[in-house]
Amino acid sequence: MKIVVCIKQVPDTKGGVKFNPDGTLDRAAMMTIMNPDDKAGLEAALRLKDEYGAEVTVLTMGLPKAEDVLREALAMGADKGVLVTDRVLGGADTWATSQTLAGALRNMDYDLIITGRQAIDGDTAQVGPQISEHLNIPVISYAQNLKVEGDSVIVERQFDDRYHVLKAKMPCLVTALAELNEPRYMTPGGIFDAFDAEITVWGRADLKDVEDSNLGLKGSPTQIAKASDKVRKGAGEKVNLDPAESVDYIVGKLKEKHVI
Amino acid sequence: MNLEEYKGVYVFAQQVDNVINSIAFELIGKGKDLADALGTDVTAVLVGSGVKGLADELAEYGADRVIVIDDPELKEYRTEPYAHALASVIEKYKPEIFLVGATAIGRDLGPRVSARIHTGLTADCTQLEIGDFPMNPVPGKEQKHNQLLMTRPAFGGNTIATIACPDFRPQMATVRPGVMQKRERKPGVKANVEEFNPGFTPDHKYVEILEIVKAVSDTVDIMDAKILVSGGRGVGSAENFKLLEDLAEVIGGTVSCSRAVVDAGWKPKDLQVGQTGKTVRPNVYFAIGISGAIQHLAGMEESDLIIAINKDEGAPIFDVADYGIVGDLNKILPALTEKLKAEIAAK
Repeated sequence: MKIVVCIKQVPDTKGGVKFNPDGTLDRAAMMTIMNPDDKAGLEAALRLKDEYGAEVTVLTMGLPKAEDVLREALAMGADKGVLVTDRVLGGADTWATSQTLAGALRNMDYDLIITGRQAIDGDTAQVGPQISEHLNIPVISYAQNLKVEGDSVIVERQFDDRYHVLKAKMPCLVTALAELNEPRYMTPGGIFDAFDAEITVWGRADLKDVEDSNLGLKGSPTQIAKASDKVRKGAGEKVNLDPAESVDYIVGKLKEKHVI
Repeated sequence: MNLEEYKGVYVFAQQVDNVINSIAFELIGKGKDLADALGTDVTAVLVGSGVKGLADELAEYGADRVIVIDDPELKEYRTEPYAHALASVIEKYKPEIFLVGATAIGRDLGPRVSARIHTGLTADCTQLEIGDFPMNPVPGKEQKHNQLLMTRPAFGGNTIATIACPDFRPQMATVRPGVMQKRERKPGVKANVEEFNPGFTPDHKYVEILEIVKAVSDTVDIMDAKILVSGGRGVGSAENFKLLEDLAEVIGGTVSCSRAVVDAGWKPKDLQVGQTGKTVRPNVYFAIGISGAIQHLAGMEESDLIIAINKDEGAPIFDVADYGIVGDLNKILPALTEKLKAEIAAK
């Protein structure tokens, strides 16, 4: 079985976000990590590899330094890494990103494609389903459990108040929730090997059946009109009283606001 | 693409088990504002099996027209037949704007449809308005009027971005549930109902449903609650949520929680507030032992009144709280519950 996992290098938003003076995101000043949902997707692929034997390839699109996230995946146990990087691909929205990744995937062998549900920088959850559409294969989003049975995948698909157990014939695409599993750590031997491993680097010319008009900033139907730091409503009063006074304070405010 | 051909505001009227989801009414409400600004009307697209009878409800919440796509293949949500339904509506009717709820269904359906028809899709919008793009004139660039300007949080709620889709139609957005206002229901109002069936032939993209497992929950949906008593990691244990349940009972509220509580297994996921949970805006939000990670704030900061109790003076929750109390919830909550009980009894 051949599995391709799409992963993304993202800024670590847990430590807060840093901005340039012009209000754009200062990506250089922020630590980067493998996107959590993608990492769960990779772990799911590695478990299938452990259980059934599979070749796991990780695919990413980004700046040349996104190679780091591929090496991390190799150190966890992935077999091959492919980096798609090219100036003309920059500034892509989800349409252009999914076109790019679909163009790369057309040059790869796969039975199963796994992506994370969403990346923590954009939070759109769009790229996985859009890739599946471009490749004309079934998609199952929001996977909380995943197994393989013959030529099909069996997936628990999460909804708000229920889950569906779905069966899709491969080739298909599944988007993974971080809740899917607890990703393994890199092994020392894995880190050592990953350091030397060869990463395949592809550019625009290596993408199959994609028109220029669907790539990069120019191929993006959505355009940014305005971006800014979030303005919060700001803190109100803060008091530090003993418990009895705290209770009187809260009851007083609830009366003042006609809650009681 | 001749953009002029595309007219009208369309919304996906999500239903599950033939019950219309509240997001459908919220989208109609917002859709009416946009339609008024554009001088057009709102069409709800109702997709399912045996759903025609639900059209009146959509009309009562403000839909001018309802397109019903009724087919046995559409009984349960599956990506492919639903995507085919919406893509066929778009091809036939050519809407100018198409709104979908940013639910576990809409966030799967929206991208598949937008990719099929080649247009842009802006995810998880919290604000929609009609305006110019670019917003201010730029020399050498045409300023287009009457564009849908879609505002959304990004980077875990740290930034907000306003997005336009000037050259493709329809302009598509998924919209966060609980953010837009429904219009008041007007019983008896009728809409123009039109049935449409583009034909559904199962192919390799139709997945098979083996089983449907519903979560058992007898609690009020936290998105509908007027008062939420919400607990975080600081509550300490599943048992200690009793303190919050007692307070909620006295004040007529509902208990909700932060992600840390769900991760710890103290409460089920349907009570989770925040970016990966639900967006709420109750009249009163008690944040108890919740530190206030940005992902949590994104789901509750629009609440009318926020009261936070936390022992950590530096907790970020105090940055959005109207009233912040630094103190021990284990001492404050039981006394607060008793006092409120007495106050309410005295009325």
